[in-house]
Amino acid sequence: MAHGPAKGFTRWLYTTNHKDIGSMYLWFSFAMFLLGGVFALVIRAELFEPGLQIVEPEFFNQMTTMHGLVMVFGAVMPAFVGLANWMIPMMVGAPDMALPRMNNWSFWILPFAFMMMISTLFMDGGGPNFGWTFYAPLSTTYAPPSVTFFIFAVHIMGASSIMGAINIIATIFNMRAPGMTLMKMPLFVWTWLITAYLLIAVMPVLAGVVTMMLMDIHFGTSFFDAAGGGDPVLFQHVFWFFGHPEVYIMILPAFGIVSAIIPTFARKPLFGYSSMVYATASIAFLSFIVWAHHMFTVGMPIAGELFFMYATMLIAVPTGVKVFNWVTTMFRGSMTFETPMLFSIAFVILFTIGGFSGLMLAIAPADFQYHDTYFVVAHFHYVLVPGAIFSITAGVYYWLPKWCGNMYNETMGKTQFWLAFIGLNVTFFPMHFVGLAGMQRRVPDYNQFFADFNMISSCGAFLFGAAQIMLLYNVIATIRGGKKATAEVWDNPEGLEWTVPSPAPYHTFTTPPEVK
Amino acid sequence: MVNVISRLTAWLSSSTLCLSSLLLSSYALAQEAGRSTINMPVGVTPISTEVYGLHMQMFWWCVGIGVVVFGVMFYSMIVHRKSNGAKAANFHDSTTLEILWTVIPLVILVVMAFPATSTLIKLYDTSESDVDVVITGYQWYWKYEYLGEEVSFFSRLSTPQEQIRNQATKGEHYLREVDEPLVIPVNKKIRFLVTSNDVIHAWWVPDLAVKRDAIPGYVNESWAKVNKPGVYRGVCAELCGKDHGFMPIVVKAVPEEEYTVWLADRREQAEKIKALTGKTFTLDELMVQGKQVYTKACVACHGVNGEGGVGKAIAGSPIATGDIAAHLDIVVNGSKVNLAMAAYKDTLSEVDTAAVLTYQRNAFGNNTGDVVQPIDVLNFKQGK
Repeated sequence: MAHGPAKGFTRWLYTTNHKDIGSMYLWFSFAMFLLGGVFALVIRAELFEPGLQIVEPEFFNQMTTMHGLVMVFGAVMPAFVGLANWMIPMMVGAPDMALPRMNNWSFWILPFAFMMMISTLFMDGGGPNFGWTFYAPLSTTYAPPSVTFFIFAVHIMGASSIMGAINIIATIFNMRAPGMTLMKMPLFVWTWLITAYLLIAVMPVLAGVVTMMLMDIHFGTSFFDAAGGGDPVLFQHVFWFFGHPEVYIMILPAFGIVSAIIPTFARKPLFGYSSMVYATASIAFLSFIVWAHHMFTVGMPIAGELFFMYATMLIAVPTGVKVFNWVTTMFRGSMTFETPMLFSIAFVILFTIGGFSGLMLAIAPADFQYHDTYFVVAHFHYVLVPGAIFSITAGVYYWLPKWCGNMYNETMGKTQFWLAFIGLNVTFFPMHFVGLAGMQRRVPDYNQFFADFNMISSCGAFLFGAAQIMLLYNVIATIRGGKKATAEVWDNPEGLEWTVPSPAPYHTFTTPPEVK
Repeated sequence: MVNVISRLTAWLSSSTLCLSSLLLSSYALAQEAGRSTINMPVGVTPISTEVYGLHMQMFWWCVGIGVVVFGVMFYSMIVHRKSNGAKAANFHDSTTLEILWTVIPLVILVVMAFPATSTLIKLYDTSESDVDVVITGYQWYWKYEYLGEEVSFFSRLSTPQEQIRNQATKGEHYLREVDEPLVIPVNKKIRFLVTSNDVIHAWWVPDLAVKRDAIPGYVNESWAKVNKPGVYRGVCAELCGKDHGFMPIVVKAVPEEEYTVWLADRREQAEKIKALTGKTFTLDELMVQGKQVYTKACVACHGVNGEGGVGKAIAGSPIATGDIAAHLDIVVNGSKVNLAMAAYKDTLSEVDTAAVLTYQRNAFGNNTGDVVQPIDVLNFKQGK
């Protein structure tokens, strides 16, 4: 009965196995993470000191744009889909994803989308240079010719995400083991279920907005061209109607991962499970009615400003509930601090700091000073790097022994954590200062006034980059060998994934387990 | 293991020391310049002062909440660790707690919302202004137009390329200086009407707490009442293409009498330029003037000797040696196929356009002997 995978390259090309596809997603996203990181290092190298020394402004803009696009669509989103692929079937006691062939397809179109997008860097006129938010008309009338390739690539990425989301929803609703009621599902499954709905709701909006751009560029329409009766602000409304839920797409699964790890290492059940579920759902709902807080300076009527300010401030409530629940889970536990726990604790602290600056940004009159400065850059990196990157790293360390059957090197894991933690704070904390002091985003050069903190940021960025190479080394070394892991791996962790042997067999739960 | 940790701790503390000394040195620098390197300026308008107050109030709320939350967290991380022999409790639910930590933040948020709303309402009140300035964003400079005063001019970065390219020492106001600052009177309500000619820009001066997007097809309003004479510097805040980082803003706030004199002076200059349009110039006069205009407006793309670069070569160019009307068309209206060749109908006066055309048609070995007069340019612009 038990048969292993096929041999050679076709194993990966034709596979419908959720574990294989999960691994491919994770490797792909790590490759994109390194590439996006190289783009970031080009930016930080240019900003090491005032003056233009390494790249021209034109190329600098391509770097900021590609860094954002690659990190959002290439690194963070596929990494979460990879973790979902690996873990959701095992967590709900299913043999595989509900739609395995579509699963293969949704992965394999991604590398092509990114090859196309990255190839624009080598085209005449350069790649996308209008920021990852690609505001019209800079991205339409004034865009380089390669913008058409960018639009097509975004369409493919969107299709991939939508297919992945459908698959996850179908799996969760149809493939749960007997007794696995919705309110017994691990939080990672819950947060992904909600994320999948967000994806299905907003990826078509993104597809819509890039299609409108395509029409403006090639077919003579004027959706966003004021001279033709169109409206550049319409672009921003449509984009952020996608864009704001998008940032929650990048954080909700992270909540799930951390909610799995903290109880394990606190040796105490997650505090307030049901309130965590409701808080996630509330955040998802609120994410649809706050989009214009990215646009406080476009000249909305004051009623609009007030509505979006109040709605945005409200997000602090369910997010606060989550943080309080994690802290209370730790309280009176019996804690140990293995690498996944270190990353998770750093997640809670740094994500909360990012949340604080988010609360400040929500205050519309103050946002007139913060908007489009490095303060915003600091804010979203504080929520995204500890939020998405740290949680993914925590998840990788936490489940890696389950995936490959070997324990990773704990000393190296902890060293990597401290390097990444220090690197992150040294890079992004000074950005709060330069932003408040008046340095705007997306510029290749600046006054000497901002020089010290920029130099510190650049040093931190290279340190952070080095830490990621260490992660790569540790993961490869663990796959190749190491102390054998037990089925449970950790000290009495909760969840069905720990009931199967380590490494998890190629096919798990061919007969569904009974959940009490 | 212990070894690694102790080594790490040592390294950490030494790097913290390094960092803090750096912080101190930049703080000292900030003191000299009179600006904070780590915080928002209080600014010089009633709104900017209120915004600063809001910002600090929010900051201290966050610090307070942070101290409580992280306090509890670090307490349990230190006390409730397995290596201390801590035994795990088993509680995992408390409706009372959940309600409590939903309601308390909600109350704090309501407390925060009141002052924010009141400031926002004031910020939006652009009525009863004393001076109206139309601000238009261009790739990559600003145009200021005093409504009803017939005074308008462009304001561009004045930092020399050599400083940007690290071939000369950077001045104090590197990238934050312009050829012609916006001049406004103090203690008067200035209304800014912000729009754009091409892509979206954003006009931001931190000391005025004014940031408004300049959007083609829109006119956004904002206002400031500066209470202290001085020079206030800002930047374009919205990514607008290649030279987004190189289109600063300088606002000079002066006492009212000084402003009136300045305005009269500008008006007189404008009249003079207008009068010159009717005058007939000699070839030599136009060549001298044309060279100056060329150095300012054309040289970046077309080269010092008209050899081209980003733009096409002027030397021997079929346009610069051919039909005058076609030459006028591309300079006045810009290129239809290549957006980098902008339209100069607003940015160059009739005299400057005539001079630069004459220069291009006679310099770099073009030697056509053609003389273009300002009146020809005016006629062309009016479609005659």
